[in-house]
Amino acid sequence: MVELVIFVLLGTGAIAGALSVIFAKNPVYAAMGLLGTLFSLGVFYVVNLGHLIAAVQVIVYAGAVLTLFLFVIMMIGVDRVEDTSETIRYQRQLVIGLAAILGVTIAALVIGGEFAWVPLAVDGPIPNGTVENIAGIMFTDWLLPFEVTALLLTIGAAGAIALAYYAPGTSVEDAE
Amino acid sequence: MIEVTAGWYLSLAAVLFSIGLLGILVRRNALIMFMCVELMLNAVNLTFVAAGRALGNLEGQVAVFFVLVVAAAEVVVGLAIIVAIFRRRESASVDELATLRG
Amino acid sequence: MTDFVWLVIAFPLAGAVLLHFLGRRLGEPLAGIIGTLAAAAAFVVAFVAALPFIVEEGNHGETVMLWEWMPAIGANLEITWDPLAAVMALIVTGVGSLIHLFSVGYMHGDERFARFFTYLNLFLASMLTLVLGGNFAMVFLGWELVGLCSYLLISFWYTKPSAAAAGKKAFVVNRIGDFGFMVGLMLVFTNFGTLAFDGIFERVPEILDGSTATAIGLLFLVGAAGKSAQIPLYVWLPDAMEGPTPVSALIHAATMVTAGVYLVARSATIFAAGDAGIVVAVVGALTALWAASIAIAQSDIKRVLAYSTVSQLGYMFIAVGLGGYIAGIFHLMTHAFFKALLFLGSGSVIHGMHEEQDMNKMGGLLEKMPVTGVTMGIATLAIAGIPPLAGFWSKDEILGVAFEYGGVGIVLWVIGLVTALITAFYMTRQWFMVFTGEPRWEEGVDPHESPRSMTVPLIVLAVLSVGAGFLNTPFRLTLEHFLEPSFELVKVAHPPEGLGMFALLAAISVGAGIAGAAMAGFVYSRPREIWERFQGGFGGLWEAWQAAYRVDDLYGATIVTPGRKLSERMAFDFDAGGIDGFVNGVGRAVRSAGARTRVLQTGLVRNYGVGFVAGLLAVVIWLVIAGGGV
Repeated sequence: MVELVIFVLLGTGAIAGALSVIFAKNPVYAAMGLLGTLFSLGVFYVVNLGHLIAAVQVIVYAGAVLTLFLFVIMMIGVDRVEDTSETIRYQRQLVIGLAAILGVTIAALVIGGEFAWVPLAVDGPIPNGTVENIAGIMFTDWLLPFEVTALLLTIGAAGAIALAYYAPGTSVEDAE
Repeated sequence: MIEVTAGWYLSLAAVLFSIGLLGILVRRNALIMFMCVELMLNAVNLTFVAAGRALGNLEGQVAVFFVLVVAAAEVVVGLAIIVAIFRRRESASVDELATLRG
Repeated sequence: MTDFVWLVIAFPLAGAVLLHFLGRRLGEPLAGIIGTLAAAAAFVVAFVAALPFIVEEGNHGETVMLWEWMPAIGANLEITWDPLAAVMALIVTGVGSLIHLFSVGYMHGDERFARFFTYLNLFLASMLTLVLGGNFAMVFLGWELVGLCSYLLISFWYTKPSAAAAGKKAFVVNRIGDFGFMVGLMLVFTNFGTLAFDGIFERVPEILDGSTATAIGLLFLVGAAGKSAQIPLYVWLPDAMEGPTPVSALIHAATMVTAGVYLVARSATIFAAGDAGIVVAVVGALTALWAASIAIAQSDIKRVLAYSTVSQLGYMFIAVGLGGYIAGIFHLMTHAFFKALLFLGSGSVIHGMHEEQDMNKMGGLLEKMPVTGVTMGIATLAIAGIPPLAGFWSKDEILGVAFEYGGVGIVLWVIGLVTALITAFYMTRQWFMVFTGEPRWEEGVDPHESPRSMTVPLIVLAVLSVGAGFLNTPFRLTLEHFLEPSFELVKVAHPPEGLGMFALLAAISVGAGIAGAAMAGFVYSRPREIWERFQGGFGGLWEAWQAAYRVDDLYGATIVTPGRKLSERMAFDFDAGGIDGFVNGVGRAVRSAGARTRVLQTGLVRNYGVGFVAGLLAVVIWLVIAGGGV
């Protein structure tokens, strides 16, 4: 019962946040909408026993990634209101067509019960996504991917610095 | 009593994913497009978590962990690119980046 | 042991290399002397190496392996040193040395003096590769190299358009022959699996059937006809006289043109196994008569000799075609002496007359150039077949072989006799036109005898022209015994036995020779009006001879012009229109397809995104419908 209430409330919130991302004229509102969606998802993770990743979701996404987005938005200009009219010919019509097909497909899948194929209950204890349990898997079976992603992060950081940096006193053209 | 099953979460994830997908097609602001990508990634994360719970193992949550890391790296690099482009063009519109037109 | 025989090739080759790099610095006459010494050294080595054949009766010689090049197909650097090779090597180096010596005087003052000797030495090395090679690969190598040298030397004065054209003509015509030779070699290889002489000639009877042997023989004949200037490929040789006269003497009279005769003699077993021999003989006889008749009416001193060479090569072909290999080689040798002498003599005349070659503008030169006149007279008598000079013995042996063959041989014998008469006529005509009668020199020409370096070779060759015949008289068959080990595998044809028969045949041929010589002497020792009346008596025939039967025009109309037209059509119509059109059409098609589809490449990411999502959706729907559940 509690889960149903949570699902309805936060699910509606998540969808509303997602819609505000694509409809907001000001990027700041879009970022706020995204924040709402991410937070809702964090709660869903908890409901689904993913305690660690729920925490990570809030810290990394809401804390770090969105902050980064906001930085860039401020840098580019928070006050510029975007023209949302379409300039590419037929783009909007095509997208509406695709959206219709997509909606029909998902509706068909949901109504047809395709998403209900898995039983929620399993035999035996339901694993709990605590730090201890996650680490137990991550540092045994998933150690190599873990190391590789660490490397990926390092490279990403170095690449971002190389892309964004240019020496003071030089023009943009010189930097390129 | 209606019970919330994994299918519910999967349906919600499908809707969120679709919204992100369509957002990429309709918005021309690179930042918003990026947010849409994040939206889609998170929709997929939700399916991982829900399916992991339904199947009774933690592998789904581990996958989410990796997606988070990769997404973080992607955001860092992607935002750096946007900043670099913005410095040059004073615009974040992807429509103006059409010099590869045939 | 004759392991050192490779030096025969090495000396001229080293000379060529040395002169090529240092010739200009060495200058005149040092470059010429070095070239001559290289040739003479080769002669000495060849002579020493040939001694065992003289001392030991029936010495087969040996195969000297120098370097294994491609053993799998029998193509190695190896030398077959047998009596036949020895005779050829001695002729090539002997006559070659004398002509080198002659050239030192003849080429005096030429600005490419050293280069001339480079080519001459290279030619000697190539020719020796041809005759000493122990497999067909080396023979072919030498065959092509002498062709190259011939081309280089014919067009030595390349600034003269006629010389350049003559060189080109020789090259092209020779290629036609080379093609036949090459196909013949392929046939040999498919049948024997090797190109080495050792693996071929002994196994001919067990491997070749008659028709294959005939086919190989005919293909070899095509090659030989190209190199040895036989019908129908003889047309290059008269034009080759554009080169310096020593070149004509060495390459286009004494040595290279005999390569075809050598090839037939070397491949005797193959010819003996099939029926190609008689074709060789018939081609030779027709060429002998045909070329001799053309020689009658030529007025250019070197052209007379050129057609005479073609005609004499025809004699050799008669001999080797009918199986008289030794008679053919014998004539090859004597001809090398007297024809080299004639050419060098004419060179001496041309040199003394300031590059004048028209016999109508000579006359009365005997007083001015006694040595040249006398030696050329000896050569004229030798080629006319007057006993006891060399030409008599060798020509008579060939005629005897033809007579003994019977049947077709009798016809060939008659043709040979007629040719002998004509030969005596035109050679005597030449001698009288050049050396007797009133001087008809152009103004300012002051004839003079040539220097010692030119007359000495003339004298040596004159002695050889007189004496070489005694090497192989019916009374004392020295050369025959010498060469016999090389022809053990085949039955060598001989003239009729018995002294009576010999005397009869000799009387007939000598009669023909004397008749021809006397007729010419009678007419051409008198004033010019008499000649003209005599020549007018032949009517149109004389003009036909003078124009060499217009064979060049015939070839031009039937082969060269259509060939050129075809080439032009291929180049400008088929290639430019067809091939290029196809390639360009492909390019145009790609370009127009690109022009139509380029609108899809808008450069707009979101446009691409629509396509991407559409495809994604299609796959999802397909999975749902056809996949039976997700």
